[in-house]
Amino acid sequence: MTSLDPTLNQEKLTQSSQVAHKHEEEDNRMLGFIIFLLSESVIFLSFFAGYIVYKTTAVDWLPPGVSGLEIREPAINTVILVSSSFVIYIAERFLHKENLWGFRIFWLLTMVMGSYFLYGQAVEWQGLEFGFTSGVFGGIFYLLTGFHGLHVLTGVLLQAIMLIRSFLPNNYAGGQFGVESTSLFWHFVDVIWIVLFILIYVWQ
Amino acid sequence: MTVTSNPEQLIPETPPNWRKYFSFSTDHKVIGIQYIVTAFFFFLLAGVFAMIMRGELITPEPDLLDRTVYNGLYTMHGTIMLFGWTFPVLSGFANYLVPLMIGARDMAFPRLNAAAFWMIPVVGILLILSFLVPGGPAQSGWWAYPPQSLQNPTGNLINGQFIWLLAVAISGVSSIMGALNIVTTIVRMRAPGMGWFKTPAFVWTVLAAQLIQLYGLPALTAGAVMLLCDLSVGTAFFDPAQGGDPVLFQHFFWFYSHPAVYVMVLPVFGIFSEVFPVYARKPLFGYKIVAVSSLIITGLSGIVWVHHMFASGTPGWMRIVFMASTMLISVPTGIKVFAWVGTIWGGKLRLDTPMLFALGGLINFVFAGITGIMLSSVPIDIHVNNTYFVVGHFHYVLYGTIAFGIFAGIYHWFPKMTGKMYYEGLGKLHFYLTFAGTALNFLPMHPLGLMGMPRRVASYDPEFAFWNVLASLGGFLLGISTIPFILNMVSSWTSGKPAGNNPWKAIGLEWLVSSPPEHENFEEIPIVIAEPYGYGKDEKLTENLGG
Repeated sequence: MTSLDPTLNQEKLTQSSQVAHKHEEEDNRMLGFIIFLLSESVIFLSFFAGYIVYKTTAVDWLPPGVSGLEIREPAINTVILVSSSFVIYIAERFLHKENLWGFRIFWLLTMVMGSYFLYGQAVEWQGLEFGFTSGVFGGIFYLLTGFHGLHVLTGVLLQAIMLIRSFLPNNYAGGQFGVESTSLFWHFVDVIWIVLFILIYVWQ
Repeated sequence: MTVTSNPEQLIPETPPNWRKYFSFSTDHKVIGIQYIVTAFFFFLLAGVFAMIMRGELITPEPDLLDRTVYNGLYTMHGTIMLFGWTFPVLSGFANYLVPLMIGARDMAFPRLNAAAFWMIPVVGILLILSFLVPGGPAQSGWWAYPPQSLQNPTGNLINGQFIWLLAVAISGVSSIMGALNIVTTIVRMRAPGMGWFKTPAFVWTVLAAQLIQLYGLPALTAGAVMLLCDLSVGTAFFDPAQGGDPVLFQHFFWFYSHPAVYVMVLPVFGIFSEVFPVYARKPLFGYKIVAVSSLIITGLSGIVWVHHMFASGTPGWMRIVFMASTMLISVPTGIKVFAWVGTIWGGKLRLDTPMLFALGGLINFVFAGITGIMLSSVPIDIHVNNTYFVVGHFHYVLYGTIAFGIFAGIYHWFPKMTGKMYYEGLGKLHFYLTFAGTALNFLPMHPLGLMGMPRRVASYDPEFAFWNVLASLGGFLLGISTIPFILNMVSSWTSGKPAGNNPWKAIGLEWLVSSPPEHENFEEIPIVIAEPYGYGKDEKLTENLGG
């Protein structure tokens, strides 16, 4: 009933115009999703701006007894997250070639890498000597890594849904918007992390 | 009614009668009216708050209210007027009009649209409920500056400020959902032949306004999240006692909340641009420049926010930069004003209610613009900072301009939305009462501010009494002015004369369809062949539907 059909009467729709209509809806959804991501990125930009202001103006930047952040484990995590962006791309290529098992294997591999990233993040948090109430540094550190981690978790959950749905018959008859948007979301999470990593870990 | 092409997207049937306004309808026209009517309830509520405050201010002593209640009232007045009235009512206009004006059958994402609307009552109910929690509602104004907003005398996790932040966050999610829906609709679903420079000015202004939501609102969200953390889990972001930076919150807040003024005023500019040509029977003067100036405002409004912070310890060079950018934004705005004057210049004016409200709004806006330029100048701003001069200025924008534009829009499209004609006499009475009330209420605030009366106070020096009595009488007059409006709307909608498809002989796709429009809007999608506003040009607007 919320039809955008070019004709009033459903029976009049020819097969081809139905396909064209599908395409149009699919394109609308992709544009809407890209707009959402751009808007979402401004939240991260705001947090980054806040981080830079705090870092350059705070009188006592690091909490007492903290000399800096360990960079080795986060660097490994970074490599894994960045490579997972390539893995998810391969998965998508397999889907375009209608090789479902190839898609599922690489898709699952992305999920494993994303989950490992979350695990690494959790281990890092456990080993830290400061909490989110330890001055502005503690607050912004946990806010940035936590907010980003929430996005990684969302990405992994979306990937799980897409993986399950790939077993449904005719799942891709209506296009591949779910897979494409999940993948785009994953690249987005990845790019945000690179900026975050440089700001928090490299620029100390 | 067609079925949706995707069977898994089946949604409940929209009921055919008044019950549809209480259903999860995905019809953009139903949602538009839902927004407008819901917003009007909040308008009345926040108006009552304003009148209680004006009642307090009619005498210099704090005799009517406790000071903390007064703080809660002005906080809720501002918050509900913005997040309950102005944003939603303009979302309502955008929802109702944009698909009709661009020749589409609905918005790009109808269900997202409905979900975005149903968050608005939640926001309003949360804000109202915050009067019931221990300690009362938030008291830190709609700007919620820390450390004031971090005070939590009751020590409860659920306090007025917490609920306030929650409500603002929900309103933000709703606005982002609405914005990406409207932008996608405008970019992708314009009828064949409707290039950008055949798109009505209202659609341009809505696009410009929603782009601001998309780039600005996330900054406020970021600030609100950090404030919420400070308030509830004890982080140090904005708490100076723990090394935090309260001015950073002001940056986050104004980076969105100054452009937010343009989110509200741009669609009103659009309404002016639609109304003036119809009642002057002339094309919109400089249509293309008017259209593009909206996007220039979108860009410039992102680089003026620090003018709200001239007194916040802002360094001198920064003040100068933001003073200049603020003055610059008056250029695209001034272009619009001159275009409207050019439109009515030499026209054969019909002074029906929509035109009266548009003219009144234009007059008030010129005045608000002049005080706006004054305030952008650092020396003047420092002098009148935190006084009633500022209150007078932005009420001339928000009431004198935006509310007037909204009323112009309601009267102009009422016949289209309901199929009925409103009563012209009651409409004119509404206009004259509103215009007089606005002047009486808000003009005295300017001398008060120049004399040095601070804002946000329940008591004041007796030397300010004269102008305050006038302002309070104006406030009550504005309250009275809503009575003919409500009478008019209710009685016309239930028993008004049928209006016909195009009572104003206006040019535009929305006037080619029945009143109210059928569920699918257009029998066939129009093919646009002419620029809008072809008054006196004897040309057809569309190839297949006439016009």
